[in-house]
Amino acid sequence: MAGEKTVDTTGLLGWIDKRFPLTSMVKEHMSEYYAPKNFNFWYFFGSLAMLVLVIQIVTGIFLVMNYKPDAKLAFESVEYIMREVPWGWLIRYMHSTGASMFFVVVYLHMLRGLFYGSYRKPRELVWIFGVAIFLSLMGEAFFGYLLPWGQMSYWGAQVIVNLFSAIPFIGPELAIWIRGDYVVSDATLNRFFAFHVIAIPLVLIGLVVAHIIALHEVGSNNPDGVEIKQGPKDRYGRPMDGIPFHPYYSVHDLVGVAGFLIVFAAIIFFGPEMGGYFLEYNNFIPADPLKTPPHIAPVWYFTPFYSMLRATTADFTWVLAGAAVLAAIVLFIKGNLKGVWRIAVPVILLLVAVLLRTIDAKFWGVVAMGGAVVILFFLPWLDHSPVKSIRYRPTWHKYLYAIFIVNFLVLGYLGTQAPNPTFNLMSQIGTVIYLAFFLVMPVWSRIGTFKQVPDRVTFHAH
Amino acid sequence: MIKKLLGTIALSLTCAIAFAAEGGYKLEHAPNRINDMASLQNGAKLFVNYCLGCHSANSMRYNKLTEIGLTDDQIKKNLLFTSDKVGDLMHIAMTPEDAKKWFGAAPPDLSVIARAKSTTMGPSGVDYVYTFLRTFYRDTSKATGWNNLVFPSVGMPNALWQLQGERSLERTTIHSAAQADGSSQWERTVAKYDGQGYSEIKKEVLKDYDGSPVDKAILTPADPRLQATFDNNVADLSNFLGWMAEPMQLQRKEMGVWVLLFLALFLLVAWRLNATYWKHVK
Repeated sequence: MAGEKTVDTTGLLGWIDKRFPLTSMVKEHMSEYYAPKNFNFWYFFGSLAMLVLVIQIVTGIFLVMNYKPDAKLAFESVEYIMREVPWGWLIRYMHSTGASMFFVVVYLHMLRGLFYGSYRKPRELVWIFGVAIFLSLMGEAFFGYLLPWGQMSYWGAQVIVNLFSAIPFIGPELAIWIRGDYVVSDATLNRFFAFHVIAIPLVLIGLVVAHIIALHEVGSNNPDGVEIKQGPKDRYGRPMDGIPFHPYYSVHDLVGVAGFLIVFAAIIFFGPEMGGYFLEYNNFIPADPLKTPPHIAPVWYFTPFYSMLRATTADFTWVLAGAAVLAAIVLFIKGNLKGVWRIAVPVILLLVAVLLRTIDAKFWGVVAMGGAVVILFFLPWLDHSPVKSIRYRPTWHKYLYAIFIVNFLVLGYLGTQAPNPTFNLMSQIGTVIYLAFFLVMPVWSRIGTFKQVPDRVTFHAH
Repeated sequence: MIKKLLGTIALSLTCAIAFAAEGGYKLEHAPNRINDMASLQNGAKLFVNYCLGCHSANSMRYNKLTEIGLTDDQIKKNLLFTSDKVGDLMHIAMTPEDAKKWFGAAPPDLSVIARAKSTTMGPSGVDYVYTFLRTFYRDTSKATGWNNLVFPSVGMPNALWQLQGERSLERTTIHSAAQADGSSQWERTVAKYDGQGYSEIKKEVLKDYDGSPVDKAILTPADPRLQATFDNNVADLSNFLGWMAEPMQLQRKEMGVWVLLFLALFLLVAWRLNATYWKHVK
């Protein structure tokens, strides 16, 4: 037949391959995608994040079949799912535990990227798509948390939407526009439901596809930070340090899946509330717009950022303004910015310092919280270390990473607690550490004695 | 390196948990009888008789009680007061609006109360209910004539008072209190409430006291034997509320064991399969 593609496959597969690049896609992304053979424990979390995404989508479909997005019916419809719908309790616990485990897996996945410099050239876009996924995931979790219509759902949403009212000029109108009402109400519930089940999942899936296409274009990084494509190749031009993703890493990931499912099932069947961290106890009280709970805490995965929001008080803006002035002076005198930037950047910083003291601190709290996530987008350009992997960095870099992780966990803990003067001071210090880790990275990341990076990946046969 | 890191993280987490203690009246630990069907049935009987008058359990169906060993006939004969079908939900006739008018606050729905009253990383909601129902005392200064140690000035009277019998309370607190001259000093308050709710309160300023705040309450029943039976009944009632908050919890845990056993087997197979594939990779 004229114009028909010639393919190697026959039969049904041949018929398909003439019309759709099935075999070539499977080869490109699975059986002939060469991944470095020295992946370790930390490389499980990418495929696990995919697994959790599938779990969330499938369980979500079944939940939507029985859930009622209506302020009068929502709370009891969740209990209806828990009691009357066959296996409804299992589906619901899978979904609620899945939400928390999604963040566990994604945080560990991001930490892996941080350890091994997986965001460095040429993988900047892989990282940027990844941070966009993280941001969407936060949105997805936030919208979803309103749906059970418990006290924490309601007041958590109230607090977060109120943050938008801190934006100068348009704030109050913006907050009303988001809620569709003067308080969180049925209108808010309906639109959050729409975002949770349609809008954000579509964005999320699109970004995951982009993340993987970008990754397979440039190839995976590895714990040594060595580019296997630049290493020796066999006579077919395949990297000697690489191994086909399928079957080697598909069976390898299967071990990770089994391990993950054991943890996942243990939580679902023996402690679905996870001591009040995965399912907050206050959320078993139906939403009451007239009764503010004494202590409003977001779910654990938001608490590090919530701490930074609360840390930004009027006093604290002095600290931030001081830091901005200091940065302006240092950049003007010692910075090697080119041309007009040499003047412009310090001037902008001084302007920010003035604004920090003129605009309400609440607004800067929102900026600190949002900035703490947005700053991650710039990581590829903040890190100036000559090596990618933590393995070949100076030892004190490793301590910095340790401080960063502990600091993040402490901020997370503080965010779950009712505020008091000691805790506020601690979260202010924590916020400074978090921001300084990234903002001063262009300086600290190039200092120290770096170890020799090997030519080939370190791999010990099993 | 990473192991060292994880060690530090684990350590900082344990500190976090140690921090998490909370104030308020210390809750007593309720006896765990969640697998005891006789206790759950007794709790169900008490619940329907004493609680369901004012409180609803809108998510709870009467015939769900078959899961704790009751038959439809037993439920129909002994437990159906407010409706006539075993398939009905435990609604009540009183509307929240009326309740608000009569009691000042609508009595909460009790379907999931035992989960709602749990504390993060702390006592369970069953402990809360168990302590709450056992710490009512008569106090003539309150509109209902009752007060409670766990929930001071609660709007609810002691619905179980006939089962409990007369009790008196002696409560000693040491707290820092503001004085007339504006300073604050440690003060000991001893409040005695007799069986009728008449109180006698003594206050004294403690000089050079540098200990921690104290809140000690001694409830003395007129009839200790009645009190023991009462405690046992309240344990059953709290147990039932704990069960009702999540009726599938027994099956959930039973099933979990099999799921984990299966997954352990799956892990074993996956591990060996992986090892076989990677054996020849040099």
